[in-house]
Amino acid sequence: MSILTRASRNVLYDLWRTLKLLTHNRVGFVGLVGLIWFILLTFAGPSLVPLSQESSMTEIYQPPSLAHPLGTDFQGRDIWAQIVHGGKDVLIVACITGLISTTIAVTLGSLSAVLAGIFDSFIMWLTDIWLTIPHFPVLAVLAAFVKLDNVWLLAFILSFLSWPTLARAVRAQVLSLKQRDYVEAARALDLGTRHIIFSEILPNMMSYLAISLVFSMTSAIYAQVALVYLGLVPFATNNWGVMLSLAWTRGAIYYRDALLYIMAPVMAIALFQLSLVWLTRSLEEVFNPRLRTSV
Amino acid sequence: MNTDCPMIELRQVSRTFRVGKRTVKAVDSVSLSIREGEIVCLVGESGCGKTTTGKMVAGLLRPTAGHILFLGQDLEQIRGAERKKYRLAVQIVHQDPYASLNPAHTVQDIMGAPLLRHQLVSSPAAARARVRELLQVVDLTPPDDFLDKYPHQLSGGQRQRVSVARALTVNPSFIVADEAVSMVDVSIRISLLNMLARLKDEMGVTFLFITHDLALAKYFAWEGRIAVMYLGRLIEVAPTPHLVNRPLHPYTQALLAAIPEADPRLTRSKQRVQLRSLDIPSLLALPSGCTFHPRCPQFQEGLCERQVPPLVDLGDGTQVACHVVARDKAP
Amino acid sequence: MKLQPSTFNLHPSEDQVVLSVDDLWVEYAARRGVVKAVRGVSFQVQRGETVALIGESGSGKTTLGLALIRLLPRTARIPRGRVRYYRAGGECDVLTLSPQELRRFRWQECAMVFQSALNALNPVLRVADHFRDTAQAHGSLDGAEAQERARELLRLVQLEPDRVLRAYPHELSGGMRQRVLIAMGLLLDPQIIILDEPTTALDILTQRAVIDVLRNLRQELEFSLIFISHDLSLAAELADRVATMYAGAIVEIGDVYEIFEQPRHPYTRGLIHAVPTVTGDLEQLSSIPGSPPDLIDLPPGCKFALRCPYVQARCRQEEPVLEMVSPGHFTACHNWKQIDEH
Repeated sequence: MSILTRASRNVLYDLWRTLKLLTHNRVGFVGLVGLIWFILLTFAGPSLVPLSQESSMTEIYQPPSLAHPLGTDFQGRDIWAQIVHGGKDVLIVACITGLISTTIAVTLGSLSAVLAGIFDSFIMWLTDIWLTIPHFPVLAVLAAFVKLDNVWLLAFILSFLSWPTLARAVRAQVLSLKQRDYVEAARALDLGTRHIIFSEILPNMMSYLAISLVFSMTSAIYAQVALVYLGLVPFATNNWGVMLSLAWTRGAIYYRDALLYIMAPVMAIALFQLSLVWLTRSLEEVFNPRLRTSV
Repeated sequence: MNTDCPMIELRQVSRTFRVGKRTVKAVDSVSLSIREGEIVCLVGESGCGKTTTGKMVAGLLRPTAGHILFLGQDLEQIRGAERKKYRLAVQIVHQDPYASLNPAHTVQDIMGAPLLRHQLVSSPAAARARVRELLQVVDLTPPDDFLDKYPHQLSGGQRQRVSVARALTVNPSFIVADEAVSMVDVSIRISLLNMLARLKDEMGVTFLFITHDLALAKYFAWEGRIAVMYLGRLIEVAPTPHLVNRPLHPYTQALLAAIPEADPRLTRSKQRVQLRSLDIPSLLALPSGCTFHPRCPQFQEGLCERQVPPLVDLGDGTQVACHVVARDKAP
Repeated sequence: MKLQPSTFNLHPSEDQVVLSVDDLWVEYAARRGVVKAVRGVSFQVQRGETVALIGESGSGKTTLGLALIRLLPRTARIPRGRVRYYRAGGECDVLTLSPQELRRFRWQECAMVFQSALNALNPVLRVADHFRDTAQAHGSLDGAEAQERARELLRLVQLEPDRVLRAYPHELSGGMRQRVLIAMGLLLDPQIIILDEPTTALDILTQRAVIDVLRNLRQELEFSLIFISHDLSLAAELADRVATMYAGAIVEIGDVYEIFEQPRHPYTRGLIHAVPTVTGDLEQLSSIPGSPPDLIDLPPGCKFALRCPYVQARCRQEEPVLEMVSPGHFTACHNWKQIDEH
């Protein structure tokens, strides 16, 4: 039976236990709730909250009211609706970027550490080169040639730029875990390289990986927002990054009434990231049996 | 199969490591043979190379010189199925109960993995049954209490038993126990050792028991042999009763005299061996000739610091590497 | 001696007792509950005496040692008990000293060398600097006096003062570092030294050197030594009295020869029978079945009952207190009279 089918069977078997664990830690639970809230908000919300693109000059920078829970922007449009509609792309790019870069980094980093020798030297050389490439200039140049309006494309590019740092960190962790007695025992029992990487070493790094995943997601969000802000990404649709960019360029920082316009996307991003970070507390308990106070 | 052939034989095995620009010879020309069903203890202080030797025997490190033979076959020559047979036949039990088991796996996971991987059982259910059997062999009863526990839920002694059970999953014929009871509470060491001795009697497992504790070595290997190492070299090998009661090499004599005993009258009146120097040489700067000569009370100038004493067979299963002893015992 | 007079209760106590521990309890707060690490420990140490606290993991011996000089971590509490320290001129309760007084108490009156102290030396300072810093921090020895005393002590621990004072810690072997730490402990001439597992990480021959050094020091200087260890043979070598600890309490205490010859507590007896000797023929050895109790959820009655070969119904209900077996020898066992050495 292959390792993967056994692993997936284990996950299903443990799904109930995993779910229970996720809710066990109070902070993690809040994080989980926050994450679910944001997912619902940004994916299901648009069908519930209408977005009006019409500007209404009489309603510029209105304070919060029943009609406009977060007030209005410089064109009189409802901020709350913009928040609801503007999160999907941001989340998708963050998620895809996080997953792709983490997968590449983990695979290359752990293989590099376990196989050592020429393969290791090659990968390290590659990461060295990659790390010296400055991100933004490259993105700026790319933006001139390629239209970065597709979420998938943006995600791929961002993840290609961010995997080297994580790969090195993963390699260092794996190198240290490789020395552990239980890994040596696995070698003596002839359990194979695949088993050693995926069953012996990686499970002990899961909380580290989960946190790295979360941070790569958050830095993807920042990168996106910064790109939009700099005008390098011609997003046609609204998203939080666009809101932030418009808020800034329209001088929202100068008007007290415009505070909500600039703070709304900032808070949305911050709260989403906070939910993720808090969720990792629960994830630590899932992956590290020692932290569990009850089995 | 030639039944006279020893199970494991080391012929002039050496292992060097590179430390920065210098090389350290952790193991220097060790020759030892272990017969089936024997218990051999490898003793010595830290840095003497006993752990490195143990790992080479278990196939986890390769010698940089010399040959290791398993059932008469050189390990460097065997390939494929033969090599796999050897890997599974020789297992290792580590010292640190807190590092020898993967904290993310349950006991069932840990022991089931080799069973399933090498298809020693037909199904996961059969694996569970076999794990139960093995847990009983190592006195972890009732086994169902332990199957789904994680290592941090077990005590040090229990973890060591799981380590041993894990080694047993592949039906080894040889186990290298590297300080396997040193980090376990004193009150349960003996029961662990008794369990290992039972494995020898009931399952025919041969042991190489590595320890720095001569008293434990004496207890465990009373019917076997003790091999003493110093700074990478074997300096004395003898049947345990001989070595403990009539040690020949000055280092062995000093060691035995230095050990404190759990009996105040005995230990306070024990005669100690005065060494010439309290300095312990480093592996990076080994003394010339016999490496023990700067500390040896029987140092003979002109002889001991010039030539490395060879390991001489004195009959009776006793071998000693000392110029003075060889001269005195010369027929 | 610079402890303020007000610290002392001006009624001088018995001449020979230097430390008196009365009903000491130490607890830690843990996630699952409260860990009762030390439970009602009482004992006394006389001037110039060596007391060995022997116990295995979870016995509370290290916690007890740390409590004596108040080096417990923040999660620890001392709900009850007194640790009284006596010297010519008065006594004081260590547990109620102010931070300043405590700093003077530590090292001048009582020094402690910890477990795995081999790494306790600062790698960027020479040994001479360590001595100087210690002297300055705790006492009033001036530079020259401190150095002179350091040299004297290093000689007493069989080290060459010139070579060692100039060296950095990594240039010294484990055994040498341990001896340097012992010498540092004695720098300000304390009345008590506490050693936690002094020979654990050391090789046999190095261990022997440290044991001989300690024995020598006790003859030359007059200090009381409390050492904490799991190694019974160390107690057999050095101790005048031995106390065995189990599950946070002292279960037996008495003269070293008496304890080894005729132990009156099943745990002590079990320990002695579990340790092999290297001299002589093969002996019959046995383990103690079972494992130590959970210190958060202690069973009622005697904590050793589950593992005891002499257990009776009364043992499971009533926890035994220390009873006198003979002058100076006490044991906490209901059935001590039935315990026969053979």
